[in-house]
Amino acid sequence: MSLAPHLPALQVVIPLLAAPLTVLLRRRGLSFALVLAASWLALAIAVSLWWRVHDSGPISYAMGSWPAPWGIEYRVDALNAFMLVLVTGIAALVLPYSRASLLAEVPPQQHYLFYTMFSLCLAGLLGITITGDAFNIFVFLEISALSSYVLIALGRDRRALLASYQYLVMGTIGATFIVIGIGLLYLMTGTLNLADMGNRIGAVQGTRPVLAALAFLTVGISLKLALFPLHQWLPNAYTYAPSAVSAFLAATATKVAVYVLLRFYFSVFGHSQVFGRLPMQEAMLLLALAGMFVAAAIAIVQSDLRRLFAYSSISQVGYIILGLSFDSKTGLVATIVHLFNHGITKGAVFMLLGCVALVMGGTTLARVQGLGRRMPLTSFGIVLCGLSLIGVPGTAGFVSKWYLILAAVQQGQWWLVFLIVLSSLLAVAYVWRFIEAAYFHEPRRDIEVGTTVPWSMAVPAALLVLATLYFGFDTSFTVESATRAAGQLMAGRP
Amino acid sequence: MTMLPEQAMVLALLVPLVGAVLIALASRTPNVREGITLATATTLLLCVLGALPAILAGQRPGFTLLTMMPGLDIAFRLEPLGMLFALIASGLWIVNSLYSIGYMRGNQEAKQTRFYVYFALSIAATMGIALSANLFTLFLFYEALTLLTYPLVTHQGTDKARRGGRTYIGLLMGTSIVFLLPALVFTWALTGSTDFTPGGILAGKLGHTGMAALLLLFMFGIGKAALMPFHRWLPAAMVAPTPVSALLHAVAVVKAGVFSVVKVIVYIFGADTLASAGVAGAADALVALAGFTIVSASVVALGADNLKRRLAYSTISQLSYVVMAAAVLAPLSLIGAAMHIAAHAVGKITLFFAAGAIYTAAHKTEVSQLDGIGRRMPWTMAAFAIASLSMIGLPPTVGFVSKWYMVSGAMAAQQTLVLVVIAVSTLLNAGYFLPIVYRAFFVAPAAGDAPHGEAPLPMVLALCATAAVTVVLFFVPDVPLALARQMVGP
Amino acid sequence: MTDSAVGMTLGGHFTYFITIFLMMAGLFIVIARGNLIKNLVGLGIFQTSVYLLYIAPGKLVGGTAPILAAGFTVYSNPLPHVLILTAIVVGVATLALGLALVVRIREAYGSIEEDEILALDAQPGGRAQAE
Repeated sequence: MSLAPHLPALQVVIPLLAAPLTVLLRRRGLSFALVLAASWLALAIAVSLWWRVHDSGPISYAMGSWPAPWGIEYRVDALNAFMLVLVTGIAALVLPYSRASLLAEVPPQQHYLFYTMFSLCLAGLLGITITGDAFNIFVFLEISALSSYVLIALGRDRRALLASYQYLVMGTIGATFIVIGIGLLYLMTGTLNLADMGNRIGAVQGTRPVLAALAFLTVGISLKLALFPLHQWLPNAYTYAPSAVSAFLAATATKVAVYVLLRFYFSVFGHSQVFGRLPMQEAMLLLALAGMFVAAAIAIVQSDLRRLFAYSSISQVGYIILGLSFDSKTGLVATIVHLFNHGITKGAVFMLLGCVALVMGGTTLARVQGLGRRMPLTSFGIVLCGLSLIGVPGTAGFVSKWYLILAAVQQGQWWLVFLIVLSSLLAVAYVWRFIEAAYFHEPRRDIEVGTTVPWSMAVPAALLVLATLYFGFDTSFTVESATRAAGQLMAGRP
Repeated sequence: MTMLPEQAMVLALLVPLVGAVLIALASRTPNVREGITLATATTLLLCVLGALPAILAGQRPGFTLLTMMPGLDIAFRLEPLGMLFALIASGLWIVNSLYSIGYMRGNQEAKQTRFYVYFALSIAATMGIALSANLFTLFLFYEALTLLTYPLVTHQGTDKARRGGRTYIGLLMGTSIVFLLPALVFTWALTGSTDFTPGGILAGKLGHTGMAALLLLFMFGIGKAALMPFHRWLPAAMVAPTPVSALLHAVAVVKAGVFSVVKVIVYIFGADTLASAGVAGAADALVALAGFTIVSASVVALGADNLKRRLAYSTISQLSYVVMAAAVLAPLSLIGAAMHIAAHAVGKITLFFAAGAIYTAAHKTEVSQLDGIGRRMPWTMAAFAIASLSMIGLPPTVGFVSKWYMVSGAMAAQQTLVLVVIAVSTLLNAGYFLPIVYRAFFVAPAAGDAPHGEAPLPMVLALCATAAVTVVLFFVPDVPLALARQMVGP
Repeated sequence: MTDSAVGMTLGGHFTYFITIFLMMAGLFIVIARGNLIKNLVGLGIFQTSVYLLYIAPGKLVGGTAPILAAGFTVYSNPLPHVLILTAIVVGVATLALGLALVVRIREAYGSIEEDEILALDAQPGGRAQAE
């Protein structure tokens, strides 16, 4: 019996099954091992799927052998193969990291629950990415959302509870908007299969329910991806959650939401309808620019590093949406490449900040004074990631910035070029706040200093930092995947 | 030992990197560490010299390192101007290292290992700039140089250093991100390439206003050339220890700036393209801007009492000589620009060495305190005098040679404004250099001045060496002149 | 519009009116109420409106129950019911999780009024981790 044809299903099933098994196991060490194995298997499957799509084109898998469009179809093309590798890759690195970081942040008797929720969240994110059915997207969206609410609430500060609650309310509103949009689309096209919807929507293009569906979907998804001004939940959630959770969510949750937006805009509605008929381009452009500047400006005045980098994430999401608003192939390449590049950069940052919290007891600028002397490698890693956020050549962030500027230049929008580069200067300002705190002061002697950083935390963090540098020089994987995905998206529907 | 020029290039890039690692490992043994620095610098010079014969013979060796993005390579190619820059940088690194040893030990500075490591890394980045085959590679190493010199500028770690560092990073990264990067992207989008090509790659691609706008975008983007109004980083960086100032203002950073300016004008735009009728006047704005910078910086230097500040504004002024001469676009002035890169380097490094020697031996920083110091520090002030002559442009120093070519080029292109600017600024240069020399030797020291001797020996050796080179190059300018001539064309 | 046309519009679409009313009522409660449990109630109402949005159009005019039988050609659509069962489960899970969070918040803060909680956090002693 060959498993190969069933890989798309196993991609989701393996982490999904690991969750209840972990609850039954209850033992901390065993549950960690089980979920770790599940996530590494998921990574292997994602890589294998990527290769298959790379060689022979999109894969279609009918769940339970019920043929599409009546059955649920899992469809892997260039875009979601790329996303699968990102999500599983981050999970595979965050899990070994979480072993030690949880010891400091979560009571030991709750660790198996953490791994359960993590496994569910992973399954949810993978499900959103791989499925070709609209309602299935909603279901997995809620799975990943509910489990992430729990993960965030496990943080040791009591404000984590409030952050989780606020995220729950806003996230549920967003998901409900999404399901309203899906419902309207189902009513108008009669199908839930995304590809089929794309074929059938031509007949009802421009009718009010379809436009309303577009609006609901856009607002709902924008809430999930923290597009300004629907970003209010993000800073608290990333600041107070356990370090491993921040690292995982910062690297994957908003990126998967962008994927959903791309999928609906390009494969269902068709970009000419979305951008041609409606002022979606101007709307996205303005909101993206607002996010880029306002969030970066707020980041500059933050005193807690986690909060600072959370606002930085909102700013970087602005870049991603800006690339989308160009409605050009280069713009889409910029967007898709930045999903990956920002994912690995922010994942690395939050992992490193977790190491800092372990040793220094917190991540405020007051605590990290003199960090360059006390934890030289960690500080250097944060500096490198900061350079990637600025977009210095030699880092992954530069590649995304290049394509973004190129997209603006190709459309002759010089004012946009200057806005993009000016916002990078804001990034210089907030990265330099860390550098000045860490390298221009003496280390604090009066606060309690913990142990050294264990290998299980240092190695994954270092790997992600190295990845940030590596993908700044060898862009064959990222740019090629993004170009192919962008081509498929632009060609998908007229 | 003969080696292929490509091998020499690879070594020129690797040697400073390896040296940096070895220096870091030797942090516990200062003497070994200093020895490694000197050995690395000497090896680098030998590698660079190893490629010289091939360049003089007309070869242009090169290789591609890797393809970063589709259509964008990190590639290296050695051509005459790059060769000149590489020679200056590697040669002066040896001298600067010798000087640094004396200065750092004489002033008992802290964190010396970090200093030498980032010095070596900065030289590696400088080599990358000198050897780059296309604008993309140059931009990569240009940004790296900014970041690697930041720890050197802020070495002291004080609040003052921090603020100076902010201005340094803010202006340099600001100009390169806001102006240079869009210009680079636009060039690539327009022509599909960023390769440095004799004759330029923009011929016929842009109209008059577009060409002028792109040129100004590049010039403001290359903030290291200290063109006004983005010159403030240079005096702000004076907060660094003097060996760093010598490196920044003579060897690496500013030279990288004007080197990039000349490269862009000659190999991206092309002198003929800019001078052609279709885009006439595109370069005139640049000439005016550079001329303004020259004169106003000289005026500020006249009024500056702090010696390093005076030298900083003198540097700003002298850099714009190169920009102005390049913007004149005549072959003779281009040769003058290239020669001036070399002439200013050896002259200014001597002046900064002298300033540091004065600080180390006498703890004096202001010009008004320097009465009679020539009697106590004869070697230092003699070198200072020779270097001043070179800055003013008088024989028998190499500064005269470069000025001669710049004036000849301006006359050939009938740019009277340029001639006026050169004349006025020469007078101003004399106005702020000669009084120092006069007072040092011919005025009695102020009463109550504590007696002191010369600076430590390594420092004196270094500054005498560079002063001597200033004179030698006047009599034997063959190598720089040949390289400059080759750049302009066969 | 004639009377019958207006009646057709109102009568034929009354489910949509109820849907919109529930949606807006739910959203208003979420925004306007500071009590955490009342927020959840509003959220629940908001989610309920979606159920009606899906199910009502499933009933086709003249359609019978979706069980194959001779003599019938028009069947009501069973798919929306299936979808909404899933959505109801999601809603229940969300409500349960929300209430569990409220219980923990009550333990940690001593209150479930949002303004009181924010005031507690704003105090210097209110921080769980002092800097």
